[in-house]
Amino acid sequence: MFTEIDTATLDEPVASRPSQKPWRAKKRIKGKPVNRAQDSCDKRAEWVDHVRRIRDAQDQAAFAELFQHFAPRIKGFLIKSGSDAAMAEECAQEVMVTLWHKSHLFDPTRATVATWVFTIARNKRIDVLRKQRRPEPEELGWGPEAEPEQDDILVLQQETAQLRNAMTALPEAQRQLIEKAYFGDLSHREIASQTGLPLGTIKSRIRLALDRLRHAMN
Amino acid sequence: MSNKIKHHLTDDLLMAYAAGTLPEAFDLMVATHLSLCNQCRAQAESFDAVGGYVLEEQDETVAMNDKAFAETMALIANGAPIAKPRRPGCSVLPTPLQDYVGGDVNDIRWRPIGMGVKQAILPTSGEATARLLFIPAGSAVPDHSHNGVELTMVLQGAFSDEVDHFARGDVEIADEDLHHTPTADISGDCICLAVTDAPLKFNKLMPRLFQPFLKI
Repeated sequence: MFTEIDTATLDEPVASRPSQKPWRAKKRIKGKPVNRAQDSCDKRAEWVDHVRRIRDAQDQAAFAELFQHFAPRIKGFLIKSGSDAAMAEECAQEVMVTLWHKSHLFDPTRATVATWVFTIARNKRIDVLRKQRRPEPEELGWGPEAEPEQDDILVLQQETAQLRNAMTALPEAQRQLIEKAYFGDLSHREIASQTGLPLGTIKSRIRLALDRLRHAMN
Repeated sequence: MSNKIKHHLTDDLLMAYAAGTLPEAFDLMVATHLSLCNQCRAQAESFDAVGGYVLEEQDETVAMNDKAFAETMALIANGAPIAKPRRPGCSVLPTPLQDYVGGDVNDIRWRPIGMGVKQAILPTSGEATARLLFIPAGSAVPDHSHNGVELTMVLQGAFSDEVDHFARGDVEIADEDLHHTPTADISGDCICLAVTDAPLKFNKLMPRLFQPFLKI
């Protein structure tokens, strides 16, 4: 299944619309058909394909689109985290460089591209602004025979769209506190009262992906 | 492996790990536990997804400089940084701990702290301390309480205290109110990772006198 998709991707012009890709027709959106969430889901699924094109073909046009979308967000995120503009500019570029070099490590059954970019930006902030090392868990890599199934990717993207809807539905004050936590403005003790987040479904989905990886390792 | 773990990390620690706001020693504890525990890892990666939401949905983004894309492509053309190959985890030390020990369990530089108990302080920056503890089979760590939070995770063997029994991967979270005497199971030597954000307080005179020298 993956081979078929991969070929379709490589054969197509770089700037083609995702709706032309045959495998996208199978996509189902669970939950409420909110337009915004639907847009978001499409966009995120498209970014998955962009990262794959960078990984497989060093596709600069795909990278340019990712850059245009994410670099200003990374820069904004770093400034809100206490960086000055010059440092944020430099770090945002470096985050995008990391995205390029580590495109083979992105696992779309466990994260959206936005989530993955967030983790790279967060680690850059720890490294540059806090001047700390960032211990990361052991990697649970997969072999070529275990490339992720397209359905697993789509379901994860859908779960993320649902998480997004749930977050958007939170009271404004609570959402602002969560944002503060991620911009580094809350200590972990202050975070303790913010942890009743609706993570049940996405957690189960990620858990399945992790269990499969660990099983493949053993 | 991971379904045997009974004592897990709390949501506030996992969310702070995802947000990137913990002291390095606590990051090391979380990364080590996640290496063994899919349940907490899935929760931590869900908190990463919340971070993805925060990144994506900012009210205002900040435009990059005009030449930013060209500069970034030039950086890419310089080539990928040489990634240090990470060791696969071994039976005692998961990969993140091996990174800090600089090797395997045989490379830990233990220092005796009395009654057969040994420790090795790991090089972390910031306001918290990480150390490995070696407790001989059947022995106890002196009765102590804590000024701040102390997390102890079993890597080898098991221990019991007033709270429960803890085996590989289990984390005990102790705060100011807990006075405990962790005792290693008789079946084998116990190795733990312990992190704290404040010095330990020992409840008997002798250990307290030694405390400044032991850096615990």
